[in-house]
Amino acid sequence: MDTIYLLFIVLLAAFLGFELIRKVPATLHTPLMSGSNAISGITLVGALVSAGSGSGMLTTLLGTAAVALATINVVGGYLVTDRMLGMFRKKDGK
Amino acid sequence: MTPISMTINLAYVVAATLFIVGLKLLSHPSSARRGNLVSSIGMLIAVVVTLLDQQIISYTYIIIGVVIGGAIGAWKAKTVQMTAMPQMVSLFNGFGGAASLLLAWATLSAIAPESRSAVSLFVFISLYFTLLVGGVTFSGSIVAWGKLAEKFPTKAIIFTGLRELSILHLIGLVVVGYLFVTQPENPLWLWLGIGLALSFGLWATLSIGGADMPVVIALLNSYSGVAACAAGLAVANTVLIVTGLLVGASGLILTSIMCKAMNRSLSNVLLSGFATPVEAGEKIEGDIKVLSAQDAYYVLEAAQAVLVVPGYGMAVAQAQHAVRELQSLLESNGATVEYAIHPVAGRMPGHMNVLLAEADVPYDHLLEMDDVNPRMENYDVVIVIGANDVVNPAAKEMKGSPIYGMPVIEAYRAKTVFVLKRSANPGFAGVDNPLFFKDNTRMVLGDAKETINSVIREFGDD
Repeated sequence: MDTIYLLFIVLLAAFLGFELIRKVPATLHTPLMSGSNAISGITLVGALVSAGSGSGMLTTLLGTAAVALATINVVGGYLVTDRMLGMFRKKDGK
Repeated sequence: MTPISMTINLAYVVAATLFIVGLKLLSHPSSARRGNLVSSIGMLIAVVVTLLDQQIISYTYIIIGVVIGGAIGAWKAKTVQMTAMPQMVSLFNGFGGAASLLLAWATLSAIAPESRSAVSLFVFISLYFTLLVGGVTFSGSIVAWGKLAEKFPTKAIIFTGLRELSILHLIGLVVVGYLFVTQPENPLWLWLGIGLALSFGLWATLSIGGADMPVVIALLNSYSGVAACAAGLAVANTVLIVTGLLVGASGLILTSIMCKAMNRSLSNVLLSGFATPVEAGEKIEGDIKVLSAQDAYYVLEAAQAVLVVPGYGMAVAQAQHAVRELQSLLESNGATVEYAIHPVAGRMPGHMNVLLAEADVPYDHLLEMDDVNPRMENYDVVIVIGANDVVNPAAKEMKGSPIYGMPVIEAYRAKTVFVLKRSANPGFAGVDNPLFFKDNTRMVLGDAKETINSVIREFGDD
């Protein structure tokens, strides 16, 4: 893919990220961090191809390790964020 | 484009959209949980369509990796204590960095040495950048995790030559980077690059003190996103680029909020500001006035507006549930109870809010510093629990103080201030607190949880 095209995406995504995150209130900053842990597990998408493409033992092993680590982030990140956000209540009472 | 790769790319667009919508829903506590769900659906779509990729010929290792990672992740998420959340986020940052590093390495090893000259320079530069950021994120996060979990000494490790060591690392990384890109067939440059990145992250984080860890976790959170983005550039995967940058931006914004709340620049934090011994400021004059829990009860019973200022000490004493109970009693007594949360209270951004939410405190009672300071005079009683520096008037009054200029919750302007503290010693940052000597301040000494429970018992007695 064209290098310039990729850099163009980088620029737009960075601006979008700043605009989105600026609106997150301080009270949700911890869930934001654990949630972004989960999102950064997107490396999984790249790792899946490396682990399954059968291009040599080294690639497969490195890819598998990357899959395992990224899955920890994805699964752990989303679950713990859900657990935390479930505790935020507006009204008194259970 | 083949129909399959077309489908995959379209699904990536959908996934990226869902991540963006998910983050947008995170802008309010009432919709945040839904936002997290939307984001996780985006991730599921991205993963499932990737499995359709025709380059994938065997699923054995993929299944092994997913099962191991999924089990560890789910177990961690279910069992972690809310007080231990900073360590866990730090550890996950490290895993994110390591995953990107390994992906870059795997990608490199998949390119046969004889065909490397055909691969564009841009790919090798991106690969090297991924190795570098991923390595620094990994080793830095492991050190941060160790400090937060108190497995390593929390004090900054400073020695002469530290600055020179950092500069040598940077020069080394540039030189090795040049050699890596120009001679990609030589594995020596790969290993040297990874080694330098790991060692750089290690020293850079070891030299930062425990009190600055909130800034460091936020920054490493950002790096883990940048590493994913760089990996995306190397393997030309747009969803990795976009998503990695969303995380990168998030971490960077949190870092800047933390730095502003401490009135310090990022470079001051990274190059160890508190580590240099500060000249002792003016001597604080006055007496400490101690109050018993019973007398504290009489004052609280008459109060109409109460403000609670919590700090990490509240979490250590596990006092948040007792505080919640006191809140109910005060409210049924006709008083309003609110909480003021400083951006750097606790050990990571928003940590106090989560701990109070766990104790069933409604989130609309949690106020930010700028909301409470203008109407501080209206509060009859401010209860400071386990917080010290974030209510320290020295930040306003004493030019010589190391925290001078830091925005604080101006508790001293309230009618009465109760400071719940084990003893009258200075806090985490080792700074004297003139608040303890103010005329309207009463120290209630002892374990915070015990103290509040005694007050609660007094309420029960009448």
